[in-house]
Amino acid sequence: MTPADGNSERQLDGISASPGICIGKAYLVDKEGVDIVKQYYVQPNTVQDEVNRFKTAVKQATEELRAIIDETPDDLRQHAYILETHMVLLKDKMLYERTIEAIEKEKINAEWALKKIVANVKGMFLEIADAYLKERAADIVHVSDRIMRNLVGAEQVNIGAIDKRVILIADDLSPAETSQIQLERIMGFVTARGGRASHTSIIARTLGIPAVLGLGKATQQIRNDDLIIIDGTAGVVIINPDEETLLSFEEQKNRWEEYQARITRKGRLASETLDGVKINIMGNIELPEELVSVLDHGGDGIGLYRTEFQYLSRPDFPSEFELYDRYKDVVDVLAHRPVTIRTLDINGDKAIANGSMADEANPALGLRAIRYCLKKPDVFRTQLRAILRVAVHGNVRILFPMISSIEEVDAAIAYLDETAADLQREGIAHNRDIEIGIMVEVPSAVALADLLAEKVDFFSIGTNDLIQYTLAIDRGNREVAHLYNPLHPAILRMIKRICDVAAEKGIMVTMCGEMAGDPLHVPILVGMGMSELSMNPHAIPEVKSMVRAISTTDAEQIVADLLKLSTSEQIDKLLHDTYNQTLKEKVYNGHNGVAAHH
Amino acid sequence: MSRLSKDLTIVNELGLHARSAARIAKIAQTARAQVWIEKDGETVDATSVIDMLTLAGAKGTQLTLTIEDPDDFAILNDIARLIENGFGE
Repeated sequence: MTPADGNSERQLDGISASPGICIGKAYLVDKEGVDIVKQYYVQPNTVQDEVNRFKTAVKQATEELRAIIDETPDDLRQHAYILETHMVLLKDKMLYERTIEAIEKEKINAEWALKKIVANVKGMFLEIADAYLKERAADIVHVSDRIMRNLVGAEQVNIGAIDKRVILIADDLSPAETSQIQLERIMGFVTARGGRASHTSIIARTLGIPAVLGLGKATQQIRNDDLIIIDGTAGVVIINPDEETLLSFEEQKNRWEEYQARITRKGRLASETLDGVKINIMGNIELPEELVSVLDHGGDGIGLYRTEFQYLSRPDFPSEFELYDRYKDVVDVLAHRPVTIRTLDINGDKAIANGSMADEANPALGLRAIRYCLKKPDVFRTQLRAILRVAVHGNVRILFPMISSIEEVDAAIAYLDETAADLQREGIAHNRDIEIGIMVEVPSAVALADLLAEKVDFFSIGTNDLIQYTLAIDRGNREVAHLYNPLHPAILRMIKRICDVAAEKGIMVTMCGEMAGDPLHVPILVGMGMSELSMNPHAIPEVKSMVRAISTTDAEQIVADLLKLSTSEQIDKLLHDTYNQTLKEKVYNGHNGVAAHH
Repeated sequence: MSRLSKDLTIVNELGLHARSAARIAKIAQTARAQVWIEKDGETVDATSVIDMLTLAGAKGTQLTLTIEDPDDFAILNDIARLIENGFGE
């Protein structure tokens, strides 16, 4: 069958880069003009002109990139570093000087010289075994395409001007191109090149848009305005689906959307156990915009408001007023519901410097969170003032991260008191009468739990760090990541100790780590006596369903049984054996396939 | 003997990729004389991102960093620290 065969259905298999299903019209980004270049010899007396023509094209390319970087919206800034790298590559000796040498020595035109040099560089990359590094050859191709477009004057594809909702089909999308896309117009991505580690794939996953990459020449079978289906989960693209296929995918798409809508509706039901114990299910947020998602999913409040974002991507520290304004946006919407504001949990100097050279060898064990704040009283006080001021308007709690000693809690509270006294003296409205909590995420805090409980109103267990520090596992390290397990008996014992101490001292204990967002873990956490859990907003409805499906007495029994076991495997098995049926019937409603997406 | 060298290991997960190489190149470009990176007998120019990428410096790769002019000692140290700290990734 040839592509000209018209409208029969065809299926293309690629790499699943971002999950989801979308159905829509194809929009081709055509770069043909750049692939065919004229090749000719230049007269010796015009060689210099040819070199200058090349230099001008590089200069234009640099200016274009600079302009794109300047126009990149703040929320995509983290991707702009790739463009900065491209700017360095434009002037790289191996590309820039070698091309000029080729023009001068071989007396060939700039396009031909550039093409030869790039082919040579690409050849060197083909020998690289490491998949990630191999894909970096794409960066060099993007850079040379940009120079080439300026040389041949090929009309730039302006992705920014797409005016309808489409599925974007391209040979490959450079970071510069993806950053120009009006993303609300794109339903999905299909590209010939690229893999899981490619930039397009990262962007698609960030935005939750389905994407299938690595289709190779198959993309040439797709024409503009063809009706296509992308199944990003399976890595499949279907061109010109017949009625039956279309119906089947429409159905799958609807089922998924319906399931999400249903579970969202269920999110509105109260989260009370079968024996009537209310468990507050809260959302974790980073941006005020995420509030909507917490409320849509039926969250009872904010259990963790991460405040680092305002310190990133900027040349200076945020002012008290900026912080106050942002916090007030959140507090106003939540009204009487709790908003737990966690103080700065990073090394602020490094965030501000953004890529400074003073990198610590081991940042996870370095100067961050409360340690940084106590070393930088000005930065800390500014945030405390904003928090105490916004506390006038709602139910605000303060949470100090990474506490590892009594001295740190004493010092943090002393700063809070001092700040309140300053505000009092200045006659500025504030509220010192707020609940103070600490993150329990360092093993020493677990050992000191009884002493720490005397100082604060609540504990919030940060499982991500607690597991990392307790088991000495870096989740980012592929060699050991599989050992990271919240059901490790040591972790269960630590959480049990924290809960027991909290109960004895009469303070609240909550959990805001990833462990809290998995319905399977709910019986353990409720059984240990937690009255509040906080998680990513999308996990709220399922966790609530699980709470409604269990009783505290059963939960306490399973905790007692689990604590007798000595390996993660045994714990995992008993937990699954006991609750699989409940999960299937009460949480996922038989949508086991759908549940696997989470 | 004016050349100075330092042995290093790539520790970051993604290895010596375009972004990390670009950071090395930016520093190396300020050197008075040549800065070289060697891996298994293959030597590349530390001012060229592409050249460095061709080393395929995945995580765990052993490198030798060399400067030709002792006045570039600070540059040697800066690059070494960058690599040892995994480019802050």
